[in-house]
Amino acid sequence: MEQFAALMRSKDRQPIRYLVVDDSVFARKNVTKMVESFGGNVAGEAGDGCTAITEYDRAIPDIVLMDITMPQMEGIEAAERIIRQHPDARVIMVSSVGYQENIVAALQKGAKHFVQKPVKAEVLYEVIKYVMGEDAVAVEGAAAGDSK
Amino acid sequence: MKMELIQPFINAGDAVLSETLKCSTQIGDVNMDEEVYRRKGMAALITIQGDIEGRVILDLDTKTAAAIATALMGSPVAETDSAVQETIFELSNLIIGNAVTTLNDQGFRFKIHPPELHTAEHGINGSEDTEALVMCLDTPAGSVYMNIAMRYNRRRKTERESVVRA
Repeated sequence: MEQFAALMRSKDRQPIRYLVVDDSVFARKNVTKMVESFGGNVAGEAGDGCTAITEYDRAIPDIVLMDITMPQMEGIEAAERIIRQHPDARVIMVSSVGYQENIVAALQKGAKHFVQKPVKAEVLYEVIKYVMGEDAVAVEGAAAGDSK
Repeated sequence: MKMELIQPFINAGDAVLSETLKCSTQIGDVNMDEEVYRRKGMAALITIQGDIEGRVILDLDTKTAAAIATALMGSPVAETDSAVQETIFELSNLIIGNAVTTLNDQGFRFKIHPPELHTAEHGINGSEDTEALVMCLDTPAGSVYMNIAMRYNRRRKTERESVVRA
């Protein structure tokens, strides 16, 4: 996998903490591997929208990577509920279904960005940098996993 | 054959496999399925209902599925049933999701049912208005078969609106 400069939180230079939400174990593992290559830590995982809400409350991650089509509660509704409770939450929707209505609906509910599957690591990296803005810094020379 | 309905699935299959395996894929055999469908390995069946309706079967053998899973994960994945099934479902979701995006942006509205494991020796017949196209995507990991049967059900949204306005 491509090497990325580690993305750290500006405030304390600690790894960015992620909540990875996807009903596919396979997809969660894949995304987890990517964010770890960005120097991040996975603070929690969830396989549906309901679990995502409780996991968010428990872990208070810096970024949520949220699938859309999931059992019990879909990603857009879960994102809306999380953002209602935590207005500062940064939710990035990650889905293979990327038609305009879905994207607009997610953004209207407060999601910060959308990444289409199959996820390209370089795209996800840039989106995370954009969404974190000044709250993250890229630390050159820090290899994946050095920060953990 | 409703190529405007089928083409997005072919494009999505090609794009997803190329991106996943980081290689070029080739479209191998393409033919119309006039007989009952006989799976070649483990298959996922995805049903679509709405303005257009039909089904897509994604079919690959365990060795190919394990090779694709390994590429997806970046580490070796065994040819166990669960890993193979998970790979086929994930590939199905990626391909169908990408195709659906194209069709939805063209104005079609429909519901996609989650993939079901297709274990029967034969599938659904093609019919006069639901022709099945069977195609093979050749990849370095092996062959991936797609069986696509799709037809129009109702007018798409923009056409319905123009009829109402008229």
